[in-house]
Amino acid sequence: MGRFHRHTDGADEHHHEHGHAHHHDRAPGSPSDPARVIGDHSGYGSGPVRVEVLEQILAENDRVAAANRGDFDAAGVAVVNLMSSPGAGKTTLLERTLERLAGRLRIGIVEGDIETSLDADRLAGRGAAVSLLNTSRGFGGECHLDATMVRAALGGLTLDGLDLVVIENVGNLVCPAEFAVGEDARAMVFSLTEGEDKPAKYPVMFRSVELVVLNKMDLLAHLDVDLDRFRARLADVNPAARTIEVSARTGEGVDAWCDWLLEVVRRRQVPAGVDPG
Amino acid sequence: MHELSLCRCIQGIVRAHAAGRAVVRVELRVGHLRQVVPDTLARCWELLTEGTELAGTVLDVDEVPAVVECRSCGERTVLDAPVLRCGTCGDRDVVLVAGEELLVAALELEGS
Repeated sequence: MGRFHRHTDGADEHHHEHGHAHHHDRAPGSPSDPARVIGDHSGYGSGPVRVEVLEQILAENDRVAAANRGDFDAAGVAVVNLMSSPGAGKTTLLERTLERLAGRLRIGIVEGDIETSLDADRLAGRGAAVSLLNTSRGFGGECHLDATMVRAALGGLTLDGLDLVVIENVGNLVCPAEFAVGEDARAMVFSLTEGEDKPAKYPVMFRSVELVVLNKMDLLAHLDVDLDRFRARLADVNPAARTIEVSARTGEGVDAWCDWLLEVVRRRQVPAGVDPG
Repeated sequence: MHELSLCRCIQGIVRAHAAGRAVVRVELRVGHLRQVVPDTLARCWELLTEGTELAGTVLDVDEVPAVVECRSCGERTVLDAPVLRCGTCGDRDVVLVAGEELLVAALELEGS
């Protein structure tokens, strides 16, 4: 049984409670010795040794994300990480997107799902190259895509022939936000049926995106949702976030979303700071 | 529930730094703006390390409160909710200066 200590008030917990420094009646290194946590142990032949590490827990993921990024750079392809809760409408939005952008952009989709090829099947045959990534196959049924999984999925796409890759992440408002995959931009689809307080409840996700697509606008008249309240909650956690109102079902607002995708592709083609003339 | 993924990452870092030496305690630093549940992290750590050389090691989580610094008045505010706003003047033009930490800070190893 592992033990677990939590400190809620910062590093001060570890400071010595006694006024004198390093004069201990207790055995050095014993559990009752406060100096076992921080202190100069060089005078003792034994006892625990504290080694400073200061390494980012997600450093390995970030290294793989940087490798993905290198591949995207080499191919000149823009990449959007699209996230949402389950059922918010990512796949329907992408179906509409492929219809609108056919012939204008060469699009690849990385389709992340824990199980089934249902979403990938819906997108296949609509002019996009689709690489399906079921996280239950060899990835332990993960609730998110990380950089390594995306790297594996890139094998299913020929990046050189593409302008844009959309990574449809696993439906989940928590975990995907923590894992960079090498993307240019992050966006999320938020369905009006989810309730306007979600930014306060899932601040990490809402903080991590530059665009929130407000989907299912066709249901607005039937819901009690207050969009101003939603926008205020969003501004609390992410004042810079843009919103686009969409109904993937009726097609309302889909053009504005497609314009944003085209803007991301242009940003990739024209590096920041360079005047396109 | 990505705590199991995080524990795999932590295990890799711990093994690299321990270099075969016996580990007593692993000290993490986790900001309040990371969506990490310390109790879940501890449970996943137990599951992951069971039967390994790291079984029974203490996972010690120092939680770091979120702090913003106001660009208007310069004051710092410790946040008790994820609302990025200055507690002194109410301005939204703030910079996050703490609360997004997610790192292995230190290891405690058994002495020689």
